[in-house]
Amino acid sequence: MRGVAAIAGIGHTEFAKNLGRSERRAAVEAISAALADAGLTAGDVDGLVRFDLEATSEVEIARSLGIPNLRFFAETGYGGGGGCATVGLAAMAIATGRASVVVCWRARNRGSGGRPWAATGNRVGGDAQFTAPYGLLRPVDQIAMIARRHMHEYGTTSAHFGAVAVACRKHASRNPHALMRDPITLEDHQNSRFVSEPLRKLDCCLESDGALAVVVTSAERARDLAQPAALLLAASQGTGPEHVVMANYHAPRFLETPSTCAARDLFAAAGVGPGDVDVAQIYDAFTPLVTLSLEEYGFCAAGEGGPFSAGGRLEWPDGELPVNTSGGGLSEAYVHGMNLVVEGVRQMRGTSTSQVQDAELCLVTSGAAVPTSALLLARA
Amino acid sequence: MSGDERRGRANQRSAAGKGMMANAEAPLPLPDDDSAPYWEAATRGELRVQRCASCRAWRFPPRPRCPRCGSDATAWERVSGRGTVYSFVVVHPPVLPAFAARVPFAVVLVELAEDPQLRVVGNLLDVPAERVRIGMPVVVDFETVVAGVALPQWRPIQESALAG
Repeated sequence: MRGVAAIAGIGHTEFAKNLGRSERRAAVEAISAALADAGLTAGDVDGLVRFDLEATSEVEIARSLGIPNLRFFAETGYGGGGGCATVGLAAMAIATGRASVVVCWRARNRGSGGRPWAATGNRVGGDAQFTAPYGLLRPVDQIAMIARRHMHEYGTTSAHFGAVAVACRKHASRNPHALMRDPITLEDHQNSRFVSEPLRKLDCCLESDGALAVVVTSAERARDLAQPAALLLAASQGTGPEHVVMANYHAPRFLETPSTCAARDLFAAAGVGPGDVDVAQIYDAFTPLVTLSLEEYGFCAAGEGGPFSAGGRLEWPDGELPVNTSGGGLSEAYVHGMNLVVEGVRQMRGTSTSQVQDAELCLVTSGAAVPTSALLLARA
Repeated sequence: MSGDERRGRANQRSAAGKGMMANAEAPLPLPDDDSAPYWEAATRGELRVQRCASCRAWRFPPRPRCPRCGSDATAWERVSGRGTVYSFVVVHPPVLPAFAARVPFAVVLVELAEDPQLRVVGNLLDVPAERVRIGMPVVVDFETVVAGVALPQWRPIQESALAG
């Protein structure tokens, strides 16, 4: 599948605390923008891939846009773990001839629509029956549990996590679409209040509304379309043994997230290594996910994610590995990481507001700590 | 009746009396056909964990089959109730209304003495959040949150010894 498919179009709504319109309308808007960007129309689309948490169905999208015949439709699970997987599924459909133009999208009113955990019922089943009754029920609590253990085992500090937030905000300050553009300092991070110790408010992503879409087609067809294509070098999904969503409470290695599996398969399929990556968009619902992912995707050794996060290494333009160059979920918008996919495409086109010079290979990851997925995009 | 059981029952009374977590709006476990024995044991003041009757591997959370040997023969074995704090968080607002009176409060991940892969989430009863440390030895206790529902909870071992 290496290099068979490409992302030919990207589109998004503005990002806001309250967009003032439904997720369905935002989805239609973002998909239309992505098709226009590619120089395609709804009549060209024969595939759709959605997140399973998406409020809008494929048929609603098809009805609104006038898609005449969907040959392929599928959905990916595990919330923010499924973003890159939508593109991976689209590429598989294209590689096998099941579809020729597949749109992947995410529309989410997470800013105006409330916090999912606040709707926790009086009786909780499934894995959460062993955690929610104790007051451990927000995503931030689950990631904080991992972060605390990482600090204990490796000497990682809150300031290491803060450096991730500072880098993302620096990049957001250059991106006119980003919601939070005022630069922050490490001191601002350290002064922000605790939400779930050891994590602070500035370790957490934004609560925002917005929608994004990408158009996936064959690399061959993409060459003739309106924009420079971002080639899909590889895609992967993965989860490991004894996983419980958002924390490996019972796994042999508590600090090993599903990203380890996704990373191994991704680089093997692409035939490249982490040292070949010029820029990365790393899922950042919470800062420690970036720190962990730096280890799991092989940019540094296990336990060294903290120091690697700091010292400007993640900052454009001079850092070793500029990360989340649009500001990411921490500062651009939190739309289950679909903005990371879109920014990865921009880097391969050369159109990012924090463009890494001569970038030829971009890693995009989805949520660590849940069953996850990843992409390697290459300049066409 | 063991010492753990006695302490468990004493605490069931005190927790109910103080209303510490006895808020009906706090989420309660919804047992299923695999987990029901865990919660039933807790109402009796016992911490029981699934163990493969064939290969003797412990497993948690409960599930139908042993992932190591494939056997469906399952025992629910009582464990010592001793463990150590493996990690913890301190929860600050915003929280569900049911937890609002308790913030900031600690949630601990306890590694049970029987197997390092047996880790369970709970609270440390009557310990201020700032005193919680990774590596603290703890012992199970049981907190009746509403009639018929008890949560396995934890106390530092030294404190339990003093109380006993």
